[in-house]
Amino acid sequence: MPVWDITFQFVLLGSVLIGCTSGVLGTFAVLRKRSLLGDALAHAALPGVALAFMLTQSKALPVLLAGATMSGVVGVLLIQVIVNQTRIKADAALGIVLSVFFGGGIVLLTHIQQSAVGNQSGLDKFLFGQAASIVASDLYAMSVMVVVVLVLVGLFFKEFSALIFDPGFLESIGFAPRWVDLLLMSLIVLTVMVGLQAVGVILVAAMLITPAVSARFWTNHLLKMVFISALIGGLSGATGAWISALAPRIPTGPVMVLVATGIFVISAFLAPQRGLIARWRRLRANHWRENTQHFLRACVELQEQVRQEMKEIALTELAQVMYEPLYRVRRLAKYLVKNRQIEISGDTIQLTEKGYRDGVFVLKSHRLWEYYLVYRSILEEDHVDRSADEVEHILTPEIIERLESILVEEHIDVENVSSIHATESGFRKAGQDG
Amino acid sequence: MVDGSFWIILTGAFAGGACGLLGVFLVLRKMSLLGDALSHAVLPGIVIAFLLSGSRDIIPMFVGAAVFGVITTLLVETFHRHWYVQEDAAIGIVFTSLFALGVVLISAFAGQVDLDQECVLYGEIAYTPWDRIYVGEVDWGPRPVWILGTVFVLDVLFVTLFYKELKITSFDPNIAIAVGIPATLMHYLLMGSVSLTTVAAFESVGAILVVAMLIVPGAAAYLWSDRLPVILVLATAFGIFSAIAGYYLAGLWNSSIAGAMVLVVGGIFGVSLIFAPQYGLLGRVIRQGRLGIRVAQDHILLRLVRESEAKEDARVYIADLLEGSFGARMRSRVAVWLLGRGGLVVWQEEQLTLAEAGFGKATDLLRSHRLWETYFSQLGVPEDHLHHPADALEHFTDESLQQELNAELPDVDTDPQGKQIPKNT
Repeated sequence: MPVWDITFQFVLLGSVLIGCTSGVLGTFAVLRKRSLLGDALAHAALPGVALAFMLTQSKALPVLLAGATMSGVVGVLLIQVIVNQTRIKADAALGIVLSVFFGGGIVLLTHIQQSAVGNQSGLDKFLFGQAASIVASDLYAMSVMVVVVLVLVGLFFKEFSALIFDPGFLESIGFAPRWVDLLLMSLIVLTVMVGLQAVGVILVAAMLITPAVSARFWTNHLLKMVFISALIGGLSGATGAWISALAPRIPTGPVMVLVATGIFVISAFLAPQRGLIARWRRLRANHWRENTQHFLRACVELQEQVRQEMKEIALTELAQVMYEPLYRVRRLAKYLVKNRQIEISGDTIQLTEKGYRDGVFVLKSHRLWEYYLVYRSILEEDHVDRSADEVEHILTPEIIERLESILVEEHIDVENVSSIHATESGFRKAGQDG
Repeated sequence: MVDGSFWIILTGAFAGGACGLLGVFLVLRKMSLLGDALSHAVLPGIVIAFLLSGSRDIIPMFVGAAVFGVITTLLVETFHRHWYVQEDAAIGIVFTSLFALGVVLISAFAGQVDLDQECVLYGEIAYTPWDRIYVGEVDWGPRPVWILGTVFVLDVLFVTLFYKELKITSFDPNIAIAVGIPATLMHYLLMGSVSLTTVAAFESVGAILVVAMLIVPGAAAYLWSDRLPVILVLATAFGIFSAIAGYYLAGLWNSSIAGAMVLVVGGIFGVSLIFAPQYGLLGRVIRQGRLGIRVAQDHILLRLVRESEAKEDARVYIADLLEGSFGARMRSRVAVWLLGRGGLVVWQEEQLTLAEAGFGKATDLLRSHRLWETYFSQLGVPEDHLHHPADALEHFTDESLQQELNAELPDVDTDPQGKQIPKNT
């Protein structure tokens, strides 16, 4: 068990604060498609930390974070200059600033180490983060920053959401998107700086990205997403701090990141609407619907050729018409028997009254759509079948009504499915003229 | 026996050259961040290989890293395409979690792994001279030199052999597929070479140097030329030079060698950013300044010729021309001076008049301006929107364009405001 003393409480509180804040701001960063900017920002902060220490010889967190903020901001501005003023693309600009600033930071850090001015070990924690080093005064500094960040997010929530979803609207109601964007960027800068101490410059970006992306799976609502993301961030922070306290050798940052990634994977699978399992089930249900509809349509078509009610149809024949292997046709047949749409006896089936009605409906949708495609000269006659295959399942009654009205104009009996034959009629020319 | 520093520089130069060469294609294909992600994400592979084999042999390490390189690309692809995560967010999640996993593994097995967190970042390039290969009893020299030298030669061979294919798939994958070059295969070959280079370099020079050398030399060379062979040679040279210069810089500052190499390549990029003739910032500022002064000259001439339409011997106070922002006033001042020196205007005390030589040019500009206004008016542009486009286009309208405009506007003598369009002089 970790020592449940005041020191650990500081560490825990600090990690949770960091997780929540980066969760909140990460939502905006990710939705604004700025995911990796946080990464560049954090890497660019390293030389600032080292310079601040070299100039002041102080390891006080506010001093170091001030230096970090300054060089982080310089880095982001440099990215803007490179992207706007040269032909180098955003991804390369990000990579350049990130690696060169970080390299510069490493040079300064190793220089400080070699020249052995006092005890510099406190600076190393900025690489991978060490939540255990959070003390009371750090916590106060952090809390102030967090409160400032969260209050500003609360005040400008509407403006930020407009910026993300419709910058044009934001401009039309009298805000300059550039300034709102700048404010958002500054808040992201502050958040990254707060996270540096516990998570480290290399991985702090993950605390912005991962909780927000995980939260996105659970909801389509911005405010809910902010809260869920904060919750996930806080949870990762708490778990990370706890494990790090159990095994002091393992740095906090990576553990926090791994916990967040675990939550991301769980969210991706289990989330009710956008989750993988939910998507997969929807897709499967859809496939079933389409396949059974194809089955019924094929039955009606076969029946139509001999113009006889409720003919017995062999499954092998169906399989041939549907271009499906026999075992799948058999599986579909079993399902349809349960739905009382067909009756099965041995290897032959027979449509029930209900099955016939449903089959005719699908066939009608199919042929109406074929007719429409040829009538409007959208596709050639020998290409309409495939398109109709896909569309027949999703035509709404309103669309069918409108399609029927076209046929009525052409004096075709819409009640009799057999009389709708796009590919054999002579209306094509008339359709082109109209 | 060669000096130890020679081997360190050679290792760095091979790493810098190989990464710089391949990096050009990453930059051109807008895949820089994948290189960045890859060089972080192979860490767990290296650690696991280390734990399993218990040695620093290159073969298990390469296998481990290659497996995680493939995992990285697959995960990014899966998250992006099938889990509907934005691509940059997907990259961010994948490489941070894999890197975190690597760090946790290192710290958890600290006793058994001869790696530490810092060496992952800085590399151990300083120990190069002592990490030697023995064949039998014979000392073949430092191991990293052999590994990175081989990788460098392989990369150069790869780019030379597949130069045409790499070029066409980088600039236009659709054309490549149309003429029968397998773009996807080239993509994977390139990613394979990047992974190989990353792994080889990662172990001896560290993650920072790999990331920087994959992106920065290519981007810097891209600012100097439009020709791919030039860019490739420049990028490789930048990579090699920064390795050499970085070594001495590190000695001077008593700091990390890999970090100093990165700093030098950053410096090369900074110089390119400012001084590259075609695409650098300075060239851009100069070109824009010149254009601004030319436009200001044109406007002064136009103003004078308009005044002289109203009355003979028109004069304009110089002070009246100097308006607008500080930059605009400076441009006008230079423009007045240049016009005077060229003999297009005459400078009388505080006033300007049009000289004989200037009159022709000014009339010509006025003709362009009014032709454009008339043309736009005929296109249906409202009257209060005519001036602005004509004002922009008048500076770039030569005689043949004037004739074309004139042909579009038969029998028109006046512009929409009813002012005379001057005849061709």
